[in-house]
Amino acid sequence: MTAQAIDLLFDLNLTEEQRITRESLIRFSNVEVQSISRLSDEDGAVPADFYDKTAQLGLSLLSIPEEFGGAGMPRSPLSNMLSLEDLGKGDMSLALGTMTPLSFVNVLLDQGSESQQEKYLSEIADEKFKVGTIALMEPKATFEATELDTTADKTDAGYILNGEKSMVALAEDALSILVVAQCDGVISAFVVERGAEGLAIQKEEFMGLRPLGLYRVTLTNTLVSDSARVGGSDNPFDVQRVVDLGNIGLCAAAVGCCQAVLDYVVPYVNERVAFGEPISNRQSVAFMVADMATEIEAMRLMVYRAASRAEQGLGFHKEAYLAKVLVADKAMEIGTNGVQLLGGHGFTREHPVEMWYRNLRSVGILQGVAVV
Amino acid sequence: MINLELPQKVKNTQMMSHQLAAGVFRPIARKYDKIEHCEIPKELVPVGKMLAAAGSGGKLGADGGGGGEGVKNGGNMMGVVGTTEMAWGCCGLMLSIPGMGLGNAAISAVGSPEQKEKFGKLYCAMAITEPGCGSDSAAVQTTAVLEGDEWVLNGEKIFATAADRGDAVVVWASLDKTIGKAAIKSFLVEKGTPGMSVVRVEDKMGLRVSDTAALLFDNCRIPKENIMGNPEIADTEEARKKAFGGVMQTFDNTRPQVAAMSLGVARAALELAKELLEKESVCPQYNKSFFNSTALEAELYKMEAELEASRLLTLKAAWMADNKIPNSKEASMCKAKAGRVGNYITLRCVEICGSLGYSEDALLEKFARDSKILDIFEGTQQIQQLIVARHVLGKSSRDLK
Repeated sequence: MTAQAIDLLFDLNLTEEQRITRESLIRFSNVEVQSISRLSDEDGAVPADFYDKTAQLGLSLLSIPEEFGGAGMPRSPLSNMLSLEDLGKGDMSLALGTMTPLSFVNVLLDQGSESQQEKYLSEIADEKFKVGTIALMEPKATFEATELDTTADKTDAGYILNGEKSMVALAEDALSILVVAQCDGVISAFVVERGAEGLAIQKEEFMGLRPLGLYRVTLTNTLVSDSARVGGSDNPFDVQRVVDLGNIGLCAAAVGCCQAVLDYVVPYVNERVAFGEPISNRQSVAFMVADMATEIEAMRLMVYRAASRAEQGLGFHKEAYLAKVLVADKAMEIGTNGVQLLGGHGFTREHPVEMWYRNLRSVGILQGVAVV
Repeated sequence: MINLELPQKVKNTQMMSHQLAAGVFRPIARKYDKIEHCEIPKELVPVGKMLAAAGSGGKLGADGGGGGEGVKNGGNMMGVVGTTEMAWGCCGLMLSIPGMGLGNAAISAVGSPEQKEKFGKLYCAMAITEPGCGSDSAAVQTTAVLEGDEWVLNGEKIFATAADRGDAVVVWASLDKTIGKAAIKSFLVEKGTPGMSVVRVEDKMGLRVSDTAALLFDNCRIPKENIMGNPEIADTEEARKKAFGGVMQTFDNTRPQVAAMSLGVARAALELAKELLEKESVCPQYNKSFFNSTALEAELYKMEAELEASRLLTLKAAWMADNKIPNSKEASMCKAKAGRVGNYITLRCVEICGSLGYSEDALLEKFARDSKILDIFEGTQQIQQLIVARHVLGKSSRDLK
């Protein structure tokens, strides 16, 4: 991270390193992600070898310290955000899935002790796709990350966890699940390992993000050791940071998806003829497209600013919050207009716009999934 | 490297402009809104002198300065940031600062060295719009005919900001109406030139202190050298496009500045609304998710998000201009977004503050009146959408009308 004392100029250029990483990620997104997007949606699952291919990109292990099997690169919320945008353009579900282990890694890098990092990150730093995930959300309409129903009670043997978590990405394959729970009046987090007693994992079905694999995780008197608690009484777990970094990542994926919508509708409205000319010659159509482009750029800059502040070690809560407010609104608007511009054709599953519509609805809802 | 924070030198400009806005403009904003028609407000005379001395005018379009390679934050960004602050104080007063007219911007962009020398120090207005042509500036009906050593102007102009108080006017006129936009040139006309008269000064909903005049040109004779740019009419289709394109390019630099006015007025309204609400214990903390907040808090978050989005789009367009990156699309994007958002925010702030918002006791109602024009002049919302759409769809003005 760059020291904040440096008086940086306002700049939207990528560093050389970011540019090179982006190039390869965009290629991967076009070739490996976008091509299987519709198929995965129909199947409600990704092809068996997909995630192992993403592991070749090394995204999860880049910033894991070398002694724990990683590459020891500096942690970079900005680069992670850019990766989400690029992958999200290919497919939002697959982007969020690909980044799920990284979310877990990032939270432990930010808030875990060295021994926790050693224990839980070593097994994720692998050439194969190994999963760690975060269980934050709960099945509740008025869900609030700082007011949880899941509880952790201290006993002599450790902590006993009880509660129900929802929308936990890739939970079934997870080696470790970071469960966020209310403990003695404060929000805390505990690593629950695969196969723990009282841990039940069940697939959930949603209107979109179908291939992502989102699970209901139920904890019934699940006992974890004291050492599984991330953060403690003197350095309490910072759930807001997790929510904010997750919002940045999710919004970036949504920006990518919205860009895909725009890139799809532009040739369509230019080619589709009605009343003797392309429908894009009409202002009612053209202005919709113009507003899409303007709002995408606006969303992108909001997300970039929040990520760039996080990267520089500046406060970024308000920026991430406002980015989410804007993106939740505008991304859905773009999703619905994408279908509208294709008319009845947009409603069929022959075109991807209906899928993007379903996926983009998640932006206002998901939390703690793509922690950059 | 991606960084959307402002560097110290831009922050300094911001701070100085803010002091001027808070110290000079804001305290007299209501007074001049009530007075409406008057001479140049006396409080603005020293401001004009100070800004002229500081060289604040006419830096748009220039590169970022500092020389050498690398990214620049220059005149366009300083302009955007300074304009935002001044418009925060009072947009009408900002537009009434002597020496800071739109004509001045045009002269510094396309004027000859002699024209800059002679007119640069004057207060110059800009007259484009006519009773029969607004957004369609290529349809100008005012004519200019060369007779000996003089141009003879005939026609009528409306909505010319500062044309009553100004020392001179930059006038758009056609050399040959059968040719269309390639024949449109701009001319410098000094105040008091026989044949030019101020017909009326408009009574407006907002921006009242800023004078908006209608001008009549009746065989108005000006020296031959008062034409700006190339006096020849381009003879090929290509060259004609380019000639008018050059004129329109000025807008790529000025649109972010007008977007900035909208940002300033909107922020002023939002800050004031928050102050009023805080007295009634409404204090948004950004600590609950959007839908678990109260309706009032959620509305404040939404306005703040929209404002921030508009601000970043505007900074981007200015940054591109400073770094010599073509920004026609982005200039229109920021003007479109900031224009509509500014209007939305100011109107909403009046509404959420109820009778306090609607009352002339506070400035919220004034901001709501002022903001409307910012989504109209320098290209309406719809014109900006049209420009953005043509860029995105790859269409000509013939295909997408």
